[in-house]
Amino acid sequence: MIKKEEIEHIGWLARIKLSEEEKELFEKQLSSILDYFAVLDEIDTAEVEPTYHVIGITDVVRQDDPKESLGQSEVLRNAPKKEEGYIKSPRML
Amino acid sequence: MKNDDLTAIEVAEGIKSGTISCVELILKIYDRIERSELNCFITLNKENAVEKAREVDKKRNEEEYRHKKLLGVPIAIKDSISTKGIQTTCASEILKGYIPPYDATVIEALKREGAIIIGKTNMDEFCMGTSTETSYYGPTRNPHDLSRVPGGSSGGSAAAISAGETVLALGSDTGGSIRCPASFCGVVGLKPTYGLVSRYGLIAYANSLEQIGPMASNVTDTALLLEVLAAKDERDSTQVKIKNNTATNYLASSLNRNEDADVDKEVKGMRIGIPKEFIEGVSAEVEKSVWNAVHKFEDSGAEYELISMRDLKYALAAYYVIAMSEASSNLARFDGLRYGLRSGKDEDWHTTFSRIRGEGFGDEVKRRIILGTYALSAGYYGRYYLKSLKVRTLIKNEFEAALKRHDILAMPTMPFVAFKLGEKIKNPLSLYLADVNTVPVNLAGVPSISIPCGFSNGLPIGLQLVSGHFEEDKILKAALCFDTLANRSQQ
Repeated sequence: MIKKEEIEHIGWLARIKLSEEEKELFEKQLSSILDYFAVLDEIDTAEVEPTYHVIGITDVVRQDDPKESLGQSEVLRNAPKKEEGYIKSPRML
Repeated sequence: MKNDDLTAIEVAEGIKSGTISCVELILKIYDRIERSELNCFITLNKENAVEKAREVDKKRNEEEYRHKKLLGVPIAIKDSISTKGIQTTCASEILKGYIPPYDATVIEALKREGAIIIGKTNMDEFCMGTSTETSYYGPTRNPHDLSRVPGGSSGGSAAAISAGETVLALGSDTGGSIRCPASFCGVVGLKPTYGLVSRYGLIAYANSLEQIGPMASNVTDTALLLEVLAAKDERDSTQVKIKNNTATNYLASSLNRNEDADVDKEVKGMRIGIPKEFIEGVSAEVEKSVWNAVHKFEDSGAEYELISMRDLKYALAAYYVIAMSEASSNLARFDGLRYGLRSGKDEDWHTTFSRIRGEGFGDEVKRRIILGTYALSAGYYGRYYLKSLKVRTLIKNEFEAALKRHDILAMPTMPFVAFKLGEKIKNPLSLYLADVNTVPVNLAGVPSISIPCGFSNGLPIGLQLVSGHFEEDKILKAALCFDTLANRSQQ
C-alpha cells in the first residue's frame, strides 16, 4: 500500500510534477503493483550473493587515445535554449 | 509474411546480380507504408533512402559494394536507437524533435554493410510496455487483425516486417520487447546474449538487462543480421570480447543445416528441456501449438524432458523491480535542457524540470520512475532492489543448470495470442503479467529466439527457444531445423 502523499513526495524526489488525478490513479495502481512485489518476501535469500551484472566482467580498460569528437554547433543543435555558445538553464535559486 | 516479399538474402543477391532494382524496391515499400493503416513508423527517411538506393543501383558492380552483406536491403530501426540526422524520440513527447548528432554502433555496422534505413519504428514509450499502446504517437495495429495490438515494445518493427513495410528490422529487448511482438505478429525475433551486441547509442531504459537484436521474416535473415550487429565496439564496456571469430559467424553455421538430410542429423539426439513453469497458465491453443512443435522435434529423433525451475515464480517481480530502479536513474537525464521538450516559462531549476518531466513523460514512464525511485529509497532498498538482485542470481543459476543438461529449452514466447487494443492498458499489472515467459531470460542474460509455430483463429503463436550464454548458433540451428520440419509435414 502506498499513500497519495508518499507518491507526491517521491514524485518530487524524481522531479516529476503530478496532477491530482494522477496521484489518485497512481495510488491505486502502484499499490496493486507493490502488493504483487510482496511475493519477494516469501523467498529466503540470506545466503545468496546479488548479481549486478550477468556476465561478470570487471575493470574494462582501453587505450586513452584521443579521437575526433563533436563540434560545438553539433552539440548545441538540439538545445532548446542557448546563448553565446552556452546552454541556458533556469535559475538555480 | 506477404508471399511476394523477398528475403534479405534474396534482395542482396538480386541487387548484386542486377535482377532487382533497389530504387524500385524502396519505392514499393514506401508506397505500402503510405497506404498503411498500421502506424508502424514514427519518422520516415524517404528522401535519404531513395538517394542511397540510386547509389546502390549505380555502384553494385564495384568490388567494394559486391562484398556488402546487406547491399540495398531495407531495414526499419526501432526509435530507441540513435540515428544520425534522423529524429529519434523513443516514442516520447519529451524527445520530440531530437535529432541525434551520432549513430549507434549497430547503425554504423548496418551502413557499412549497405543496408538502407527506411525509418524509425513505433514502440512503447521508452520501451516500457507490452503492446505499443504507450507511444505518444498513437498505437500500432496488428497486421493479422487491426483491432489487436502488435505486442511490444518493438511493435512497429514486428508489424512492419509482417506487413511487408520493410524486409529487416532492429528491435531492443529489456524483458521481451523483441520476442513478444515477434510472437504476436508471426515474425522471427532474437534477443542476443547480454554483452554480444554493443549498446552504444541505444537510449537506456534498464541497462543491465537490455540488448539490441535482429528481427526478420525468417530464421536465415535473422542469423545474417545478427552477424552484422555483433560488431566489436570499445564504446560499450559491457560488450564481451569473443575470442573465437567463427563464434559470430551465425549465417554460415545455420546455413550448413539447411539441407534436408542435415536436419535429421542435427535434430537426432538433440536434448530439449521444457520447464513446466513456462507452460502452466498459458492458453490451451498456445500450449497445444508448442507441444506440436516439440513433437515434431521428437519425431525426428530429439529427446525432450519436462523439467522444473522452482524459483521462476519470483522472476517477474524481481525483473520489474530491477528494470524500474535502473529506469529511475537512466531517465534522470531527460529534462529539456540539452535536448527535447522545454515548454513554458522558466521558473527556478527544480520547479521547471519537474513541470517539464510531468508534461513530457507518459503515465507508464511516470509509474516506473516513481516505483523505481521508491525501491531504491532508504528503508526499501534491501526489501526490493537488493532482494531482486539476489533472485536474479537464483534465476541465472537455474538456467545455467538446466542448460548443462539440455542443448536448448523450449516454451511458449507469450501465454496467449495478441489481445485487443485497450483490453489491458487500464490495468498496468495485467500487462506486466503478460511478460511472464520472456523476462526470466533477460535476468539470466542468455540468448533466446521467438519463431512462429502455429495459429489460433488466424492469430500467430510464438515458440521461444533458449540456449546458454553466447550459444546463439544453437537456437538458430534449432529454429532452422524446425522450419524445415514444419514445411515437410505440410507437404
